[in-house]
Amino acid sequence: MLALWILAGLGVLLLLYIAFTYNRLVRLRVRSDNAWSQIDVQLRRRYDLIPNLIEAVRGYAAHEREVFEEVTRARTQGQSATGVRDQATAENQITRGIRQLLAVAENYPQLKANENFLALQEELTGTESKIAFARQFYNDQVASLNTLIQSFPSQIVAGWFRFRPREFFDIEEPARGPVTVQF
Amino acid sequence: MYEEIARNKRRTALVILGALVFAGGLGFLFSWLILRNGLVGLVIALAISAGLSLWSYRYGYRTVLRAARARPVTHEEQPRLHNVVEGLAIAAGLPKPDVYVVPEAAPNAFATGPDPQHSAIAVTEGLLGTMNRVELEGVIAHEMSHIKDRDILLGTVVATLVGSVVLIAEFMLRWFWWGGGMRRRDDRGGGEGFLILAAVGVVLAIVAPFFAAMIRAAMSRRREYLADAQGAMLTRYPPGLADALRKIAADTTPMRAANNATAHLWLNQPSRVPGEGVHWFESLFSTHPPIQDRIRILEEM
Repeated sequence: MLALWILAGLGVLLLLYIAFTYNRLVRLRVRSDNAWSQIDVQLRRRYDLIPNLIEAVRGYAAHEREVFEEVTRARTQGQSATGVRDQATAENQITRGIRQLLAVAENYPQLKANENFLALQEELTGTESKIAFARQFYNDQVASLNTLIQSFPSQIVAGWFRFRPREFFDIEEPARGPVTVQF
Repeated sequence: MYEEIARNKRRTALVILGALVFAGGLGFLFSWLILRNGLVGLVIALAISAGLSLWSYRYGYRTVLRAARARPVTHEEQPRLHNVVEGLAIAAGLPKPDVYVVPEAAPNAFATGPDPQHSAIAVTEGLLGTMNRVELEGVIAHEMSHIKDRDILLGTVVATLVGSVVLIAEFMLRWFWWGGGMRRRDDRGGGEGFLILAAVGVVLAIVAPFFAAMIRAAMSRRREYLADAQGAMLTRYPPGLADALRKIAADTTPMRAANNATAHLWLNQPSRVPGEGVHWFESLFSTHPPIQDRIRILEEM
């Protein structure tokens, strides 16, 4: 009789553990999804800014056609990317392209002094750092989720309910340091 | 971090309870001295201070912002500030706080509000003028950590309650000064009881601000170090805040909006006196750890 009670108690404990772990997995998955949509919002914002930047620079340096085409191509790639890794590759290309465009703009004092251009530059810099912060938050969430999915014994519960580890979003860090780089 | 949030909520409840007991005791004492019946004053004082506490919990941050003469700014007016605040809100996983600017030349900043959903970050014009983007990120990250840990809840409630205590104490001091003088000339009796009353009032008026200062000093120093560390974790770049603090330490512009009720909310203790560092009297009410220590710890990270 006693053994039966002990067995029943252990069974209840086991069920509680499974429910608890399942809930934690769901919570982390929802958080990762939310974090990813934050990245998405900022990436879209940057896609919207790129045509303005190209327009602004083209007015002064129409001959830099190669750079314009490259950035436009990267933008299309980013918009149609599926999967975290593809997205990261495309975004790195966009980041490099934007830096190149801003470097070109550096040669035209008139453009650099233009108020609209300065505002655009601030939005680009701001969006780039927001992408970096969103990525940081996303990767933190993914790290917690993956740890739970891969460690014992939670991996058993994760396996039953088909939770899969997520990919980290690896993009280049914005330039920082004692020398502030002005593009 | 979750322990910090729980601890701050607990302390806020304690501070409010302390304020209730303090006000109730005062009310009881005065009404017993005047009416020989303590209950009336006790009930009135409890009702007033309970209302005040509730109000300071919900709306105290608006008063704090108004006391600093902070003005809300749009994204168009201050794009860099807005972008930095939004970026760090994303990094901390919080909703974006409202953004305010304080018309002061001294570089400084503070955060306030009952919870992250109703929070505000205010920076001075001096801060916007002297900090580059990386340093601004360091400062805003520090404030964002205060928001995340609910330091702002405790800080705002303490600011409004302490503000009221100081206000009431000053009011009583003045009332006894002028009212007492007139009554004595009238000489219509009650002189002895009134003198006791006046003495108690004067003692309270003197003790209350020190009492308030002690509460604040106890709550604020450790959490400044903590917010520095958490801020550095948000930006992943401790030198940003360290450079900002160095600039703030080198700046000796006095702050007009500096007052004892809100000093603990600011990034660094504001000073009303121009020149090197903080005036000796203000250091009695010291709310922040020495800025050089904060810089050193950030550099060692």
